[in-house]
Formats: sequence, structure tokens, C-alpha cells
Amino acid sequence: MTYDTASRSHLLDVPLMVDAQAIWKSFGHLDVLRGVDLQVARGDVCCLLGPSGSGKSTILRCLNHLETVTAGEIHIDGDLVGYREHAGRLHELKPREVAAQRRDIGMVFQRFNLFPHMTAVQNVMEAPIQVLGENKEVVRERAEALLDQVGLSSRRNHFPGQLSGGQQQRVAIARALAMEPKLLLFDEPTSALDPELVGEVLDVMRRLAADGMTMVVVTHEIGFAREVGDTLAFMDEGAIVEIGNPREVLSDPKHARTKSFLAKVL
Amino acid sequence: MNAPQPSARRAIPNRHYGQWFAAFVIVVVAALLIRSVATNEAIQWSKIGSRLFLHSIIAGLYTTILLTVASMLLGVVGGIAVAVMRLSDNFVLSRLASAYIWLFRGTPILVQILIWFNLALFFPTLGFGVLSVDTNSVITPFGAALLGLALNEAAYMSEIVRGGILAVDAGQKEAAQALGMSNGRIMKRIVLPQAMRVIIPPTGNELITVLKTTSLVAVIGAGDLLTKAQSVGAVDFTKMEMLIVASIWYLLLTTLASFGQARLERHYGRSLNRDGSTGMMSRLTGFRRPSPQTAAFNTTLESAK
Repeated sequence: MTYDTASRSHLLDVPLMVDAQAIWKSFGHLDVLRGVDLQVARGDVCCLLGPSGSGKSTILRCLNHLETVTAGEIHIDGDLVGYREHAGRLHELKPREVAAQRRDIGMVFQRFNLFPHMTAVQNVMEAPIQVLGENKEVVRERAEALLDQVGLSSRRNHFPGQLSGGQQQRVAIARALAMEPKLLLFDEPTSALDPELVGEVLDVMRRLAADGMTMVVVTHEIGFAREVGDTLAFMDEGAIVEIGNPREVLSDPKHARTKSFLAKVL
Repeated sequence: MNAPQPSARRAIPNRHYGQWFAAFVIVVVAALLIRSVATNEAIQWSKIGSRLFLHSIIAGLYTTILLTVASMLLGVVGGIAVAVMRLSDNFVLSRLASAYIWLFRGTPILVQILIWFNLALFFPTLGFGVLSVDTNSVITPFGAALLGLALNEAAYMSEIVRGGILAVDAGQKEAAQALGMSNGRIMKRIVLPQAMRVIIPPTGNELITVLKTTSLVAVIGAGDLLTKAQSVGAVDFTKMEMLIVASIWYLLLTTLASFGQARLERHYGRSLNRDGSTGMMSRLTGFRRPSPQTAAFNTTLESAK
């Protein structure tokens, strides 16, 4: 690691929501992640920046065990992700236990991935009913309130195919929030949107951050990272090369790779 | 009015003279063929009308429908099970499913029906100890026919279902996983409903195929439409007439099945096509409900006159 402990000293006295240590991930002979350490304090917004192929999405997908790590350990809110430690050895969790761990980690995808055969409100209601077994009417009320919160109460009975990209992504955020997660993962949430629709999604995310939601955001929106992020990690070739306060990293990058990347995108 | 107007100049469509000529030739040839069959003195046309509704024909029709529906239902349920097994991470299940498909698709259905019918030859009793029963009391001709058709159909349906499941975007499963849904629930609530859109059209074809394949069970005298038609025809030398009677009923049933299929396709296409105009009739006639833009354009043309 190239950053010193001083830059994350502010993390030491707050409980960590995400604590990933020495994460390696290989696909065959290709090492996509090479010893990534990432800590996110509860209530913080951490933005991941970097060129494509640098491993940003992969580390995000490891956090909720959509990818299994090759080596290293991830703790979310103190719980080891994907494994159980017993007598000094790691044992894989059963699919049912992995699913249970994912309940309170929400994820928002680049391509929205709404369920196209369900209306907006049905998309939001699906998991609380199916996974948590909650009462349908209670969930409906909450789902409608969430759609209202993302400004879509008038579209609740529309199918995803009848909504714009920005609207779909806002429904997807409401769907993730319906599970009342303690952590939200965003995988390039605005990359598939027309430029004029990016703002409406970022607005919703900004409000979530202000409400104290812990978020890890893979993004190319430098402005958002600067304004909303508590930390910014710059990744390159499977490692975090620079991490710290977004304003400092963006205005005064230390690492050559960060400098050349920012020179191109700013 | 300053709003931009579409130009009123419209192109004259191509005239397809070749098509008209081909249609004329085909109509003439078809008329000659129909005349030669209709005036054929070896066929007693007058008998066909009255034989269509013979008691035994109606009973055979009932058996054919029952066989079709039952083997199709078992085939779909079995097919989903085999497809899910085939796609499972559990390699025992997946190999087992592959072996099943290999065996039942690799042997002719007629042979399978005959094997089930003659099962008593190698297993005189089924079960063991006090629980065993005489094979021939279980494997009636109808039972053997149903078993043969259903097991064979499950193998074909499983490949259709598998294709449908694989056609669903991988992001759908990931989104459901990220919400904490279990694999079983993801399959039932998210993947299969979307796979249906891909599964339904070939399943309609399967239904029609199975309907016609049931006629094979006439070799074991399972009491279906063809069995009955042939036995009536054999008594009073009206073989050809009774085969035509059976054909008329088969055609009627397959036609009804095609209409049912078109309705199902429309139902499953619901959330994905926006103007809902791709039904069977509109495809047959080439009729499309005009899009709002076309409608507005037509109105403009009207008012311009």
C-alpha cells in the first residue's frame, strides 16, 4: 500500500462499515485485484475512481460476495463476508447464509437491472415480501413512500420499459432502499444514462448521503466525488494507488498515475 | 399556421405483377387437384359428414385430447425440473439431466411407447415384497401411451426451457441475489417468468407436435382418435373416409391450439412491446395499428385536402 496510516487516522475512532484487507481476486491467470485494502467508516461516502479495468467494479462486487475473493478478508459491519471462521480455518457459507448476508447490503447497477415483468412499485416490493416475509400492505406503503422520495410516485404502476433511464435508476435505488440496508453499493450508476438524466440520479444519491447512508460509489462523476465523497480512492491495475480526502486528491494528486488520469478527465 | 408540415408528395408503391401471376397459377393447380379428389368415386363423401360425430370417434377424440393435455402438462413440469437440474452447479444433477435428455431424445418415440407397453415382459411385477403389483394392471395401453409421451416430451421441453432460462439477462439474477433472494426464489419469481416469453412460442409448437404424435399410440390400441377411426374403417371398408374424418378433427384441434398460442404470446409480451399490435391476426394480415406519428400524419393529410 502506498498511503500512510495517518491519512486514515480519522477512521480509528469510528466503527467501520467496510473493512476489506489484502483482497486478491484472480480470473484464471489474470489478477484483477492485487492486495486491496479499503476501509469505510459508518455514515461515510467512499468514491472509487480509476480507468476501466482497474478493478473498481470487482472490489465492489466482492463486498456483497457476488464475486468470491481469491485471498483476503472482508468484514461488513463486523461480519466476515462469505465465510465462517472455525478453529482458525475459513469455511464457505451455504448459499442460504450468503443470501442472508446480502439482505442489508443494497446494490445499484450500471444497467439498472430492474425486473422488466414487474411494475415500478412491484419491483420495490418484491424483496421485502419474498425475502423478509413482510406484510404486503405494510410493504406497499413503504414502497410508495420510497418512490415518492425519489420523485416517481406518479410512475409507480409503469413497467421499466415505459420509464427513462434516469427514472429506472431511481426506481432501482428505491428497490435497494426497501430492504433498509446499512450499506449501499453503486456500480457506475450514471454511466448508462443520457447526460441530461445524470443529475436526477445524483440528486437522489446526494440526499441519501446527507441522510447518513454509508455508500461505496464506483463513478466517473468527479464533481459528485468532490462534493459528496468523504474519501476518494484512486485505483489502477488492481490496487488502490492513492486514497484520501477527495478535494485534496483531486486538486493535489501525489501519484503519477492519478495525475495523468485526472489530467485527461478534468 | 406556422407549424412544420410534412410534404404532401407521396411515392407510388411498387406493383408486384409477378406475385399476382404466381397466385393465379397456384389457384388453378389447386382447383384441379381438389376436383380430382372430390370427384374420385372410390371415396364416399356422403359418409364423412355423418361419421364425424360417431360415438366412438368422439370417445377417441376425448382420449386424444386427454393424452395431449396430460402428457404436455407432465412434459412441461418435468421439462422445467430437468432444465433446472441441467443448469445446476451440482454436477451429479446436471449429468443426470444430460443423460436423461440423451436417452429420451436419442430413441424414437414409437420404440419408447412399445417398450412401456411391453414392460411386463421383463418386469412381470412392479414394486417389491408385499407392495408389488401386477405390471399389466398399471401399464394399460393408455398408461403406456401417457408414460411414453410424457417422458419423451419432458426431454424436449427441458431443452426449450433451458434455452429460455439462458436467454434471461445475467444482470437479473445478480440484482435478485444482491437483494438477498435465494436461488429457488430467483428462479421462480425472476428468471422463469421472463424466460416464459422465450419458452411459450416453441411450446405452442410442441403442443401441436404432441397432439399429432398421439396418433402413434394407435399401434398399441390406446383408444385415441386414430385407433377408433381405423377400427371403424376396418369394419365396413371406409378406410380412406375414416382417415379423412380423423384428419378433419386433427386439423380443427391444431388450428385451435395455434390461436391459443397467439393469445399466450401476446400476454407474455405485455410489458415489453408498447403498442401490442404483433398478435397472430395482425401478423397474418400485415395489419398494424398506426403509430401516433402516422396517425397524426394521416390527420394532417386529411385536413390538407
